[in-house]
Amino acid sequence: MDETFYDVLRRQGVSRRSFMKFCSLTAAALGLGPQLAPTLAHALETKPRIPVLWLHGLECTCCSEAFIRSAHPLASDVILSMLSLDYDDTIMASAGHQAEAIVEEIVTKHKGNYILAVEGNPPLNEDGMYCIIGGKPFVEQLKYAASNAKAVISWGSCASWGCVQAAKPNPTQAVPVHKVIHDKPIIRVPGCPPIPEVMTAVITYILTFERIPELDRQGRPKMFYSQRIHDKCYRRPHFDAGQFVEAWDDENARKGYCLYKMGCKGPTTYNSCSTTRWNGGVSFPIQAGHGCIGCSEDGFWDNGSFYDRLTNIKQFGVEENADVIGATAAGVVGAAIAAHAAVSAIKNARSKGDNE
Amino acid sequence: MVIATDFDPPPPTAPKPNGNGNGFQPAIYVYEFPVRIWHFVNAFAIAALLVSGYFIGSPPPTLSGEASDHFLMGYIRFTHFAAGYILIIGMAARTYWAFVGNKHALEIFAPPILTAKFWDNTWHEFKRYVFLEKEGRKYVCHNPIAVLTMHFMFLWGITFMIFTGLALYGEGTGMGTWQHTLFTSWIIPIFGNSQNLHTFHHLAAWSILIFVMIHVYGAVRDELLGHQSIFSTIVSGYRTFKSPGKPEDMDRA
Repeated sequence: MDETFYDVLRRQGVSRRSFMKFCSLTAAALGLGPQLAPTLAHALETKPRIPVLWLHGLECTCCSEAFIRSAHPLASDVILSMLSLDYDDTIMASAGHQAEAIVEEIVTKHKGNYILAVEGNPPLNEDGMYCIIGGKPFVEQLKYAASNAKAVISWGSCASWGCVQAAKPNPTQAVPVHKVIHDKPIIRVPGCPPIPEVMTAVITYILTFERIPELDRQGRPKMFYSQRIHDKCYRRPHFDAGQFVEAWDDENARKGYCLYKMGCKGPTTYNSCSTTRWNGGVSFPIQAGHGCIGCSEDGFWDNGSFYDRLTNIKQFGVEENADVIGATAAGVVGAAIAAHAAVSAIKNARSKGDNE
Repeated sequence: MVIATDFDPPPPTAPKPNGNGNGFQPAIYVYEFPVRIWHFVNAFAIAALLVSGYFIGSPPPTLSGEASDHFLMGYIRFTHFAAGYILIIGMAARTYWAFVGNKHALEIFAPPILTAKFWDNTWHEFKRYVFLEKEGRKYVCHNPIAVLTMHFMFLWGITFMIFTGLALYGEGTGMGTWQHTLFTSWIIPIFGNSQNLHTFHHLAAWSILIFVMIHVYGAVRDELLGHQSIFSTIVSGYRTFKSPGKPEDMDRA
């Protein structure tokens, strides 16, 4: 029989006490409540490890960098052991043909019982030649690896939405995973990168309960992406009070007022940065004094400046935001009305003069 | 079906200065009480929404003191949401009235665009507005250009604002609430993300302001230069005519 997660942990010298601690912390992180920690422990003790293929397309490896920094002291060790991460070219020992053979082996041997995690996305232009893995376009490897997968995880904004390589004008025609894979459940875990604890929690949930977490309409796990940064931001009271940073380095910035006027995208960004935070709960962008750039939102590179509250609209030739365009249009209409009124008055006076 | 209410004023007994016998059309009851009250409630709601909405996008200067001393953005947003709900309820009631009220109540919802006469009148009124035609024609309900702006700029514009507005509001109320389920969940994917949805909500708000400007100007101009009453009609409900002859839309009226 395949090794269970617990076997692996014990083999690696993790004490039972540490294991139980991990279970209760993970249960808490998943929002499951303390009574489910034993369920988690039981699952990890009895279930064989599900193999995970981790493919890399066009990406910057920030997702992997985030993932390996999952903050709980035990998490990175445990998750890497839990995963049976059989293929991940960034961190695996094997290389070349040996490495590529693993993909083949998992797809055929574990038919319908492995998870495909995708970091980055496939470019489609020039038959996918902009991203070559093992001598073949990445899009082919992706389609092949997905063919027998139980589910697909789209790590990060690249795989979920397209991110920087799909930003206009998108010369390589990079597309998110769901534009290529249509017949598998896809879990999108957007962010550039996603929060490490969110990544480990999503994968732990899938392995523990053998089902994918509840997703919203855009395919994101509801437990982490159902609220905006703004909804739980610790600077929210300053927003409600009408206290804003008006310029970088002003007195208000020192006081930690709301960054809304500095273009913070917290009010339009779905992620759990303001609750989970980063680096083991140490901080997150807004806490560090910089607005949210909305990295987990679809098309965030094409949403204009990171420092404008209102997006600039480029379709009109001149790059201006909606309020400037609207006010200009209203001004033009107002001037036209005034001119029309003046002409009407003159014409009317004249015709009255004619009548007399 | 015409539902008479206690609020309807009695029809003017004394003939208007232009009364019968000299070819003048007598006064006609056009805007029933619910339409008139809706018109002004709606106008105030739009004014409140435009002002509060502008300040949500571009907040006033920072207030000094502790955060606990103020709730300015809270009040601005409350104003916006409250006015939004009033507008929505008003529009729902007005839509209902379009079907149960008199014929005139339906006109802006279903402009008679399939009749040649409507387009002939539209062309005539267009020429009048660009000073190629001296005199306007008479209408019991609205002149066709007014109907077209009310239908396309106001009605469709407001519908867009209600849908996008509820979608934005649902972001705050959160998953599982009816605003989120019925609006946010499918509207945000259409626009790609919340930021774009905000942008379009702003653009459409400005188009509503432009409608208000055109609507008010048109009303003032026709009150002064046209052949029928405008302001007194939206207050009293009765349309009176300043020149002899049959109004263009008399057969429908």
